[in-house]
Amino acid sequence: MAETLGLYFGKSQPRFEDTRLLTGRGRYVDDIQPPRCLHAAILRTPHVHAKISSIDTSTARALEGVELVLTAEDLGGLAAPLPLLVPHPTLKNPRTPTPLAVGKVRYEGEPVAVVVAEDRYTAEDAAELIQVDYDPLPPVTDLEDALDEDGPLVHEDTGSNVAADFLQVVGDPDKAFSDADVVVSKRFVVDRGASIPMEGRGVLAEWNGRDRKLQIHVSTQAPVPLRAGLAQMLGLPEHDVRLVAPDVGGGFGPKAIIFYPEEILIPYCSMQLDRPVKWIEDRREHFLASTQERVQIHDAEIAFMKDGTLLGVRDDFLMDAGAYVPYGLIVGIVTSTTLPGPYRVRNYRSRLRSIYTNRITVTPYRGAGRPHAVFVIEKLFDEAARALEMDPLELRETNLIQPDEFPWDMQMIYQDTSDVIYDSGNYPACQRTAAEAVGYRQFQEIDRAAYRKEGRYVGIGVANYVEGTGIGPYEGAKVYVEPTGDVFVGTGSGATGQGAETTFAQIAAEALGVGPERIRVATSDTDKFHWGVGNYASRTAVVTGSAVHKAATKVRAMMAKVAAEELEADSDSLVFEEGSVYVEGSPSKKLTFQDVARLANPLRGNLPSDFVPGLEATEFHVPKTASYSSGTHAAIVEVDPSRCDIKVLKYVIVHDCGNMINPMVVDGQVKGGLAQGMGGAFFEKLVYDEDSGALLTTSLMDYCVPTASEVPEPEVHHLITPSPMNPLGVKGCGEGGTIPAPTVIAQAVQDALSELGIQIDSIPLSPGVLHDLLTAARATEA
Amino acid sequence: MKPVAFDYFDPRSVEEAMELLGRHGEDGKLLAGGQSLVPLMNFRLARPTALIDLNNVDELEYIRESDGQIEIGAMTRDRDIEISPIVREKCGLLALASSWIGHVQIRNRSTIGGGAAHNDPAGEIPAALLTLDARILIRDQAGDVREEAAENFFITYLTTTLEPTDLLVGVRLPTHPEGSGFAVEEFARRSGDFAIAGAMALVTIQNGVCQGARVSMMGVGPTAVLAADACEVLTGAEPKSELIEEAARLARDEAEPDDDIHASADFRRELVENLTRDCLTTAFCNAGAELG
Repeated sequence: MAETLGLYFGKSQPRFEDTRLLTGRGRYVDDIQPPRCLHAAILRTPHVHAKISSIDTSTARALEGVELVLTAEDLGGLAAPLPLLVPHPTLKNPRTPTPLAVGKVRYEGEPVAVVVAEDRYTAEDAAELIQVDYDPLPPVTDLEDALDEDGPLVHEDTGSNVAADFLQVVGDPDKAFSDADVVVSKRFVVDRGASIPMEGRGVLAEWNGRDRKLQIHVSTQAPVPLRAGLAQMLGLPEHDVRLVAPDVGGGFGPKAIIFYPEEILIPYCSMQLDRPVKWIEDRREHFLASTQERVQIHDAEIAFMKDGTLLGVRDDFLMDAGAYVPYGLIVGIVTSTTLPGPYRVRNYRSRLRSIYTNRITVTPYRGAGRPHAVFVIEKLFDEAARALEMDPLELRETNLIQPDEFPWDMQMIYQDTSDVIYDSGNYPACQRTAAEAVGYRQFQEIDRAAYRKEGRYVGIGVANYVEGTGIGPYEGAKVYVEPTGDVFVGTGSGATGQGAETTFAQIAAEALGVGPERIRVATSDTDKFHWGVGNYASRTAVVTGSAVHKAATKVRAMMAKVAAEELEADSDSLVFEEGSVYVEGSPSKKLTFQDVARLANPLRGNLPSDFVPGLEATEFHVPKTASYSSGTHAAIVEVDPSRCDIKVLKYVIVHDCGNMINPMVVDGQVKGGLAQGMGGAFFEKLVYDEDSGALLTTSLMDYCVPTASEVPEPEVHHLITPSPMNPLGVKGCGEGGTIPAPTVIAQAVQDALSELGIQIDSIPLSPGVLHDLLTAARATEA
Repeated sequence: MKPVAFDYFDPRSVEEAMELLGRHGEDGKLLAGGQSLVPLMNFRLARPTALIDLNNVDELEYIRESDGQIEIGAMTRDRDIEISPIVREKCGLLALASSWIGHVQIRNRSTIGGGAAHNDPAGEIPAALLTLDARILIRDQAGDVREEAAENFFITYLTTTLEPTDLLVGVRLPTHPEGSGFAVEEFARRSGDFAIAGAMALVTIQNGVCQGARVSMMGVGPTAVLAADACEVLTGAEPKSELIEEAARLARDEAEPDDDIHASADFRRELVENLTRDCLTTAFCNAGAELG
């Protein structure tokens, strides 16, 4: 597939949605205020792990203004465990939550009751009045302690806290290690983090008792499957349930999880009361009740020959699953399949154990298991380079998959159950471009020592990554040329701020020959388009974008047929340009899209029996495997040991996501991703009370999301290796900015402090962590 | 995150505010900038039954010079202090310290009286008032206004000598003497955050000798603390780098930090020594000292 640049496709088109979003006219769930709306509050348990011995709601029910109080007992059949969204054969004891806790709570913040009242204030007052008697149980919070056979269990009936034990083996790893000249083994730890979208979750349900129809507005990344599931659970035909995700203020993964308890409880309450009911997640709730990610402990090793040839990798890791596993093993599988990265790993053993803990459920969050994988493999390369006395970048370069080796079959199974086959890429070019841009040689040979002479501690980090994007199963799109000549594009994968209204318009514009400003895109309304899966895993541009392209191409053919007949010409001789169609060479005799639309839907006359009215087509895209984006991040970082602080002096991102639909949007994704990556590198950490296990960081005062002042402005280079897996040649770009950032910062900090012998094998870093490392290093020295 | 129900009062004068305070006593709470109080109420950690809003008590908002001193009303916004020509010229440390409070948007609302009465151990206002040897002006129910030295006023974590029915009406500050220099150093996780630790210094030099030094530290104890030993060792001495380092070590020994989620007590001690050293160095340089 060749690099593509069209009239509209490939251009940095400012985003159409920005006029609305930047002038305060975005419309989020909480902006929608139907008359007679009631407000819900959720009573969440303050316990990390406890049995519920009794619940008394009588005082709460009696409070003036309270309309409804529900506990699990009141839910009937809805009190059952929620569906297992992504099963896996090794998940022996999958457990999913119930909408309200039944008999036991397994994480702090688990919903115990829901209160509906005239306003949120009253609802929260009433929630405080609910008397719940708990018998606290010892919390399961440490992954290794959780393996203790005599220790407490998150789910007593499972007999073990191990939710799954999954082994993938490629080649003959044990032979590779016995043949090796050099083996490096290390333990790596990645801590938990939260995604913190600007808008938390929210649900507004409006039951229409007369027509028995339900309208739901949800801040979600997966509007279509959410409607399907809700309709089934509530016993309603799908067509009587409309689900809309209005403007969504960020998702980053956790909003793709179906179902959250509130998504069932709020519609149910609305149906019970025959009034609209709204619940908006507040920031404290977001910390306690939206899914999170990241805790993993890896025992990993890598084997090389003396000349630097990579022989194999073995990794045995524990992954915090949280209290339930509705999303199966996705995060762990992504980690294990991402770990080999851009390197020729022909012998690989990856054992993953997913462990139940008394924490909120772990599901993918931007990066989704990949920051961990990159941290492990890149740090192993660094250690091995030291052992082999080779330059770390040269060691990497020796082992990179070469551009002529694609497709590269990893011989593993990906998260979407397809084979892991890298479709295309140019990994050596990524690494070389980054090394050159950051001034790698100059830094290694001159700058580091020069800084030291000035008394400054400055180091460098470079990390590669490969990211499987654009996964299945499918997405669809409907393209329709309106009687006005404008074009409607309906999709169902949702949008959370990535610019879909612009990029999908550019794709359709290119196929149809009409300016993108005349194209209206719907992404998240089941009344507009009701097929789709969701907006996650850097898949929307790839999968939904390809469906838009196919549908628009089909509509163009339909238009050509109508126009050819009218213009008495061969359809191959037609030119589509700026919303008009004409025969090549005769631009003065043209039909506008309006004309063609009118001709396609005659109101009188005799028509052939196979006639289909209008200019409308629906198409689907089903990727056979993922499309693999790749890139290299490089950073030069200064450490101030007197304050244990860091300053990024230079940050370079080289990024290859194939063809870019809109380079400006890709830049935004990459830079935004870096901001989130910086959070996971140095700022964000969920801190728990050591004894009770309760979360201590439940506000943005304590959980330090980096602000514009803390995030470096990166130098971004785009390389373009188009994907052969889809008609647009595109790959996903949503997560590449995040994935290697913590690794690069950790590498650079370790390098800066190299003379002190500091090893950084855990992320995130923080001033406190740096202080401990420096103190320990000084103690060793003394 | 919604507060429990409370009555809201909107007095227009000090008299009216005092009357409301007297009526509600411990159940009442004064609202200044609200940026600490309102989150505490939303988390239901503070549950006043009466909220007495001072934002329309105009007589509490002033900056004026009187008898060679600066007087600032309790409801004066930190941003107004930061950019006030009088404060900048005559009491520059306060303007500088104010500029470290949060972000501009926060300073547009936050007040000097609120910062003093709230007494967050990492707040800039208590540390600045200590460094400046300020007097706190407090009106009681009898209508008397008493003056308290900042050193006596700040007791411990979120606690001052204010009685529930007292109103902090303003502060009085000496202007900086000739030959003085000052500096503020802080370390925070993010720009605009409360500091993990910080130091402020006001020093005066005459003929190369330090005539007076006031150094205070924030974030390293239950309240801002004046580093008395550090001040003593500096006063009357020639400010040289080694002396500044000694003063910083003394300051470190006077700090009584606790562990919290952002930093251990050890880290805070180390930080405050480094910050105090940097802060004193800048302050002495600004005063014209040659540290050698």
